[in-house]
Order: sequence, then C-alpha cells, then structure tokens
Amino acid sequence: MDFNDSQQEAAFRKEARDFLDSNAEKRSIISDKPNDKSPQIAVAGAPETVKGGKEAAQEALERAKIWQKKKAEAGFAAILWPKEFGGYGGSPIQQVIYSQEEHDYLVPSGYFEIGIGMLGPTMMVWGKDEDKKRYLPKMITGEEIWCQLFSEPSAGSDLAGIKMKAEKVGDEWVLNGQKVWTSGAHFADYGMIVARSDPSALKHKGLTYFYLDMKTPGIEVRPIKQISGTSNFNEVFFNDVRIPDSQRLGGEGDGWKVALTTLMNERLAVGDPPGLDFDQIFEATKELEVEDGLAIKNSEVRQKMADWYVQSRGLQYTKFRSITALSKGQTPGPELSISKLVTASKMQDVSAYALELMDSAGMVHHDQNPVLKNLFQNGYFFSAAMRIAGGTDEVLRNIIAERVLGLPQDERADKKVPFNELPSGKN
Amino acid sequence: MNFDFSDDQKLLRDQARKFLFDKCDRKSVRTILDDDQLHYHKELWSQISEMGWTGTAIPEEYGGLGLGMLELCVIAEELGRSLAPTPFSSSIYLFAEFIKNYGSEDQKKKFLPLIASGEKIGTFALSETNGTPKPSNVKTEYSSEKINGYKSPVSDGETADYLIIAANSDNKGNRSSLSLYIVDLHQDGVSKTSLETIDPTRPACSIKFENVKAELLGEQGMAWDMTENIFNRAAVLYSFEQVGGAQVSLDEAKKYSMERFAFGRQIGSFQALKHKMADMYVKIELARSNAYYGAWALSTDSNELPVAAAGARVSASDAFNYAAKENIQIHGGVGFTWDYDCHLFYRRSKLLSLNIGSTRQWKENLISNLEKRNIV
Repeated sequence: MDFNDSQQEAAFRKEARDFLDSNAEKRSIISDKPNDKSPQIAVAGAPETVKGGKEAAQEALERAKIWQKKKAEAGFAAILWPKEFGGYGGSPIQQVIYSQEEHDYLVPSGYFEIGIGMLGPTMMVWGKDEDKKRYLPKMITGEEIWCQLFSEPSAGSDLAGIKMKAEKVGDEWVLNGQKVWTSGAHFADYGMIVARSDPSALKHKGLTYFYLDMKTPGIEVRPIKQISGTSNFNEVFFNDVRIPDSQRLGGEGDGWKVALTTLMNERLAVGDPPGLDFDQIFEATKELEVEDGLAIKNSEVRQKMADWYVQSRGLQYTKFRSITALSKGQTPGPELSISKLVTASKMQDVSAYALELMDSAGMVHHDQNPVLKNLFQNGYFFSAAMRIAGGTDEVLRNIIAERVLGLPQDERADKKVPFNELPSGKN
Repeated sequence: MNFDFSDDQKLLRDQARKFLFDKCDRKSVRTILDDDQLHYHKELWSQISEMGWTGTAIPEEYGGLGLGMLELCVIAEELGRSLAPTPFSSSIYLFAEFIKNYGSEDQKKKFLPLIASGEKIGTFALSETNGTPKPSNVKTEYSSEKINGYKSPVSDGETADYLIIAANSDNKGNRSSLSLYIVDLHQDGVSKTSLETIDPTRPACSIKFENVKAELLGEQGMAWDMTENIFNRAAVLYSFEQVGGAQVSLDEAKKYSMERFAFGRQIGSFQALKHKMADMYVKIELARSNAYYGAWALSTDSNELPVAAAGARVSASDAFNYAAKENIQIHGGVGFTWDYDCHLFYRRSKLLSLNIGSTRQWKENLISNLEKRNIV
C-alpha cells in the first residue's frame, strides 16, 4: 500500500503542474470566479449559461475554447486517447494525476467532457476510419463541440423507450421527434443520437445510432430554464431532419448496443465536481456565527461535518482503489456508480445546512450582495438537478443492486412485447 | 500509487478466511453467547496463537512474526467477519501496542513474548464512570507504589492476566497527572465482577483495586497522549473488523432476500429492499476505503494517523451499525429471533462502535484533528 508517486508518475505530475502553473490561476476554497458559480453537474457536463445573458455566455465559450486548445497542445486534453487521434496515449493513473492537479486551478469546465469522455470513445469503437480521422482530433482541440441526444420526454430513466422516428428513404434517414435534457446543444457543433428505426421490433432491438451536424436543417434547439434561473439543458426538436446513411454508427437495429458503449464511458467520464464539498463548508463554518460563537465550535455542527468528511474522503479513496484495479488490468465495474450517488446528496445536504448556519441571511441569493459568494445558494439548486442528471439516485441504486450485488431484476412488462404495442400512458 | 494489499497479504487473508470458516462457525460463536461462564473460545484462541496471528505485528526478537500492521489489518477483517469470540483485540490491538510503543526494553522482553504466544492475555482500561472519559473523572490513584481505585467496563477483564490502566499520580485530576501502569491481575487486592454486555461474545467486567502493585509504563504524566495514540492505532484495526462484519451482514441479507418469496416473487426483487442493500453497499465501500487509508497511515507511521484513524472509525461504525440493523429488517420476523444470526451482528456492531470511545466522540476527534492539521 503506497500513496507515493512512482518515478514516472512524479515526472508526469510535475509536467502537469508546470503546465497549469504557467497557464491557469489557482482556485481559492470559496471562490467567486465565473466557473465556480456553477458546480459542474458531473455527468450532464455543460456549464450553465453564465448569468449576464448571451454575450457573457459567448465570451465564456470563447475562453473555454482557448483554454482547451492550450490543453490539447500540451497533450492533456485527452490523456486516455491514442496518439493517432491527438491523444496522449496515457494511462488511467496519469488521467487521475492530471485531474487531481487541475482540480486546484480555475479552468473552464463543462464544454468538452461529453465529447472526449463519451462520444469520442464511441466513435473509436463503432466509427469508420475516415470519420475518426475527420472528427476526433477536433473534438480534442475544442474546435468542434459535441452533444449527446439520448433522453426524450418519455425516455428518461427508461432510456430504451426512445420514440424519435428514424425512417430510411433511399440512402438517407429522416428523423422526426424530440430530445430533451441535451446539455450544451445550444453551443454544440455535432451530436450523437439514438432513434427508433423499427417500432414493430422489441424495445431494445429497434434502435439505430447516428451522428449529425447540429446545423442540419430541421433541428431546433430551445434552452430549458432551470430552478437555478439559468439554462444549460435544452429541448431539441427534429422536423424532417435528413442525414445520410454514412452517418450511422453500428448496424441498423444495433443502436442500443452502441448506446451502451457511450453509457459505459459515462461512468469513467464522471469528474469530481469542483466547488462544493467538505472543504467549502469547513471554511464557511470558520466564518459563520451561530448562537454560541463560531459555527465550527458548535458541537452539532462538528458532528455533521464529520459525516461529510468521511463521505468525501471515502469517495476519493474509493477512486484510488478503482484506479489501482485499473492499473493492474482489471476493469472498473459499476461500483463507480456510488460516486455520483453520494456526491449529489452530500452537496444538497451541505448546501442546505450552510444556509441554515447563515440563518435569515441564507435567504439572500444576490449577485451584487452575495453571502459567501453565493456558493451554497447555487449549490442548493444545482444539487437538486445533480441527483437526477445522468442517472437518478434510484436508477443508480438499481444498478448497484442488480449489477454489483447480483439481486434479481424488477419484473418487467416491456421485455417480450413489440415496442409499438407497449402501454405508454399519456406520452 | 498502489492503494491495495499485496499478493502475500491477500494470500494471508484467504488462509485466515478459510481457517475461520472451518474453526469459528456460528455454532462456536453461540457456545460463548449461550454460556455465562465462558468468556472466550479457548480452543480457537490457542489455534489462532499457534498460527502466530497474535504475534503478527510483534517483532521477532520479542517472539512475534515480525510482519507489519497491514498484515494485522488483514487478520482483523477476518476476525470481524467470523465474529471470533476471543480477546484478540484487547490483547493485541491494545495491550501489545502499548507495550510495543511505550514499554522499556525490560517490559518488552517480559510481556511481548507471552502475549505473542497467546499464553497470557492483556487488556486496557480507562473508563470509571458512565459517559465520555476525561482526565477529571479518573479517580483511580497511584501512590506509595500501590494502585487504589476502580475501572469499569474492562473489556476481556475476566480472562486477562495483565491490565494497563490510567491512574492519578499526583491527585490534581488533570491531564498531566495521569500516568499509565501495568497491573498483574493475579494478585491480592484485585477483585473482578462480571458484567453482562450487549454482546456477550465480547465480555467485560468491572475491577476494584485495593493496594495493588503496579509498574509505570512510559513517561509519567503522559497517560492521555499515549492512550490517544494507541486508540488511533486500534481504531484502524477495529475499523477492519467492522468492515468485515458489515460485509457479512450485507451478504446474509442478500442471500435471504433471494431465498425468501412473497407475493410470488423473491423479496430481493423489490426495489424497497434492493435500495436498502445498495445503501449498505455504498456505506461499506466508503468505510472500506477509509479503512484502507487508515491502514496506510498506520503502516507508514504517517502524521496523518489521527485524522485517518478517526475517519476510518467513524465510517466503519456507520457502515456496520447500518448493515447490521437493516439485515434484521430484511429478514423480517425471523430477524429478531434468537435462532437466526442477525442479532449476533447487531450486537457486535454496536459494541464495536463503543469500545474505544463512541462514534460521537470520534467525530469530535476527527474535526479537532482537522483543525489542528489546518493550523500546522
């Protein structure tokens, strides 16, 4: 058991730190820098449109692209990707080392993770050579941003319930329907989409997977305003959107299999959301006063803090265990699902408790007059979304129960019936 | 980074698991549970000792195997899984660690070989009153080379040959008036009274001392510091026992939920139960990871130990308490019968989260150590 870096790891860490030192600013524990205002929703990825409207959002996007280009040139943008597509050809340990180091700096996040973490790896498995050459390098440099068009109004936790129609007409496919919760669709250049190509087949059999240009005629993106008052998710409408058959990934009817490749990578792409964890509330309790003095001196506060500490560090050390397994050639399994499950609820509890400690000042959520830089007010809203995005708490518990513990699956009404004969309620 | 046990340590774990599976089944645990007169499983204890487990982390020159604390962590987890009714933790995590870390050369030579061989059993006692121990409520005194006073509860006190206690050496009742003393329990003036505990497989007694001979351990006036350090070390080891017990609680809940049918289905197919078991799993994995971190700090003598040990203990107590109580819940009615084993884990989980200080106390330790670390 050894926490120290090996010689190569230490060298890599130094390389990463040197790059960050000369290109980015260190973050403070409670920070008011723009990208800290929105603790990143781990899976959903894209940051909220910055308060201040379209211009500010556009500016933030430009900053992110400049940063991503630098990061790509230094080799750190896609550490796990093979060199032929512009990656670093590195190991999971190196990815972890880089992420650990980057965590201490203020850098844009939430624009490129879905592409590099999930969609790129899907194209590597299922795409044609010319597609990989054309699209993957620009995904890394941030020149082209990708979004994931999976969820629909009636296909959320039950993702395979997708209704988006894909009809083959000659050498083309015609898409009609609606996607929802699409992070970053409002600034994405390309997307990957799963659609139903055969409604008379069984639910999981009648799907086909494509990629497409977000500027294709017939696509309309409408941002969804969230409880935080800002938007990073969208509804995306498809009206007779025509795409060539050459943009299909995998065979007709293989869409679910291809989607699983994307979803398997989702667990690996889950980052440590910066900005709201034990360290932040620990700092806050040193500033906030309760009835008998500083919050940190209050025994009830201390008891609660200890619980959050062991959750926070327990997750960090669980990650170290997974990485160790990975470096020994074992595959990390669905046990990584615990990360988001614990993190989201912890963030919600920490935020709500911090607001309690502020007493009535906790009501204030004001940009010009923020209390502790609005961190906990923002977290209060974000965490509610985080418990749902990228797999709800309940879905994650099912995954743990079924795939890790091997408990029986739920009885299902949709396994043996053609999709178009399934009961579907109002939607 | 390599955040895992070595292949040799895993081999040791497999051997220990197989051995305890054979020699420490539930029937042998229950012989101690059901018989008031039996305080530990003597046969198991001598087998464990013969294999050298008792001397795992004791240097070879003092009769031990000279392996490290990581190996002891591995064994602790297996003892926790099997609910082994032995005084292992009192004698090894506490008594031996006190002597190893603070004993004089003569004391090490005298006590460690006897403890390593399992021939003698040692334990430790601090508490005298109900509630959180603090320097001002230690009334036991040392004067004119004699101990007078009272300790309760003393874990494994009935079986122990030696005891380390904290006593006042100058009557001021503050932290620096407390020193540690080694007491041979086989002498006049020592009177033991058995106490039933919430887990009779881990017994305790109270002990009265009247003009009892004792020898100083470590530096005078340093009882509290030494105890904190040894409790930190023991907390890591106990956290492995707790993780082991929690894991078996989950395994048995799962097994039962797949065998038992209701409404025409395995009860393990109901989400209400699946989610409960998923929550057990999450707590156990977090506890295991915190315990690993504690093991690392313990084995490297890191100055992270106070934080790492408290984190391991808080997390492991939470996991085992939760897993043990929800295991009963998943079993339904049979879960609270004497015949089913659920209560063995329910008992053990609570006892282990109290024996070297409550979870409440350890949460306080954790935060105060984090504050200290921040200042440094």
